[in-house]
Amino acid sequence: MKTSFPIRLPALPPPPAALRTLIARLPIQPPSRLLAAALNRVLRPRLPADAALELADRTVEIEVRDFGLRCRLALRDGRFRSAPDHGPVALRIAADSASYLRLLRGDDDADRLFFERALVMEGDTEYGLLLKNTLDAIGPLLHRPA
Amino acid sequence: MQTSRTAHATLPRKPALVCPAGSLRALTLAIDAGADAVYMGLKDATNARNFAGLNFDLAQARDGIAYARSRGREVLMALNTFADARAPERWFAAVDAAAGLGIDALICADTAVLAYARDHHPDLRLHLSVQASATTWEAIEFYRERYGIRRAVLPRVLTLPQVEQVCRNSAAEIEVFGFGSLCVMVEGRCALSSYATGQSPNTAGVCSPPSAVRWEDGASGVSARLNGVLIDRYAPDEPRGYPTLCKGRFEVDGARDYALEEPTSLNTLALLPQLMDMGIAAIKIEGRQRSPAYVEQVTRVWRAAIDDCAAQPARFGVQPQWTAALGRWAEGQQHTLGAYDRPWR
Repeated sequence: MKTSFPIRLPALPPPPAALRTLIARLPIQPPSRLLAAALNRVLRPRLPADAALELADRTVEIEVRDFGLRCRLALRDGRFRSAPDHGPVALRIAADSASYLRLLRGDDDADRLFFERALVMEGDTEYGLLLKNTLDAIGPLLHRPA
Repeated sequence: MQTSRTAHATLPRKPALVCPAGSLRALTLAIDAGADAVYMGLKDATNARNFAGLNFDLAQARDGIAYARSRGREVLMALNTFADARAPERWFAAVDAAAGLGIDALICADTAVLAYARDHHPDLRLHLSVQASATTWEAIEFYRERYGIRRAVLPRVLTLPQVEQVCRNSAAEIEVFGFGSLCVMVEGRCALSSYATGQSPNTAGVCSPPSAVRWEDGASGVSARLNGVLIDRYAPDEPRGYPTLCKGRFEVDGARDYALEEPTSLNTLALLPQLMDMGIAAIKIEGRQRSPAYVEQVTRVWRAAIDDCAAQPARFGVQPQWTAALGRWAEGQQHTLGAYDRPWR
């Protein structure tokens, strides 16, 4: 499997409110599949086996608030996959794109963003902490744009 | 061994900067940012930050030690919970593992663990953990004479004159906390978390075990519950703290406020000249549960401040950029000198 990480990704300006409303109404499967594919490329190869086992088979909802974008993912059979739009989630994470980018680049601390309510995590706190600590230990998934 | 008293009589001693590492990545960033030593724990209840996904397995510990040692730095292992009397073997096995890894020092609190290390690994350097809650030089001397501890980490309950008195009279090295989240500050004796969950830092290595924490969004804001006990309710844009009982807001005499402790961080940068003058051996940064980004940035600030203070102690001043950088990472975004500056005793 070809892997290349960390990847470089420029920050995008958030869309205007009207477009954001439209995005929020679109089906979540296409962005979920895209995100799953990206994570299978940059995260899955670096995920320790014990963490992959512990994180498996639970649905996580990720909301990018300033884009109105929502994805649902699960780690199943060793791969990140999109998860159904309905039904319970183990963890819901919500933040603006800038906060996600700072976390993915290793520039920020999830606890600090959490204190400021720039990052919201709801649901299974233990699962959320495992996810946070696992990602912290792995290190940045993105580089700053050159 | 050079004692604090000796150091006090000559030049101010440059304290070692001891930084937290919850992962191998945090360890390497701390070393690169200028830590003289890092402290870490194993992935079990033998250390007071026993959280999922945090800490080191033996292979990671080996890599971390090699990384630090190749750069002339030290790795200390926190083995600072109290051994379960029904099965202390896990703690003893962790001591053996630490000795096998060639760790530079063990940080322990439990007398059974200290005695085991003393008897089975007499060459292993022992530090007395803050969890032992030794607040007087007489208590520290007891641990030094009985178990051979070389350094004691002082609980964050002492005023600056009290710290000075301990330094002046103790033959062991003294380490103090410099920066990080504060709790109710009865280290080694806090059972608040046990009250709600049955688990506490001293028994299971966790305060507010995450499996017991629930954040609930409701019409009146976000509620934080610990095993069903409501410990705080935040308005939508209100900053949050760690979901611990000591930092909850409760109704007392009809008023809802922080009954025990407000979320805040200790920051003793301003006290550096005095601490160095006392002959403090080491300054500890709290936060093994925090991200590598926190560890790197906080370490960088403290490295610069200690070097600056050592170079010109009389002209030392806290740089505004240091305060701003540390303020960014502080819990509650508030700084305090903690008990060091407390007017009462």
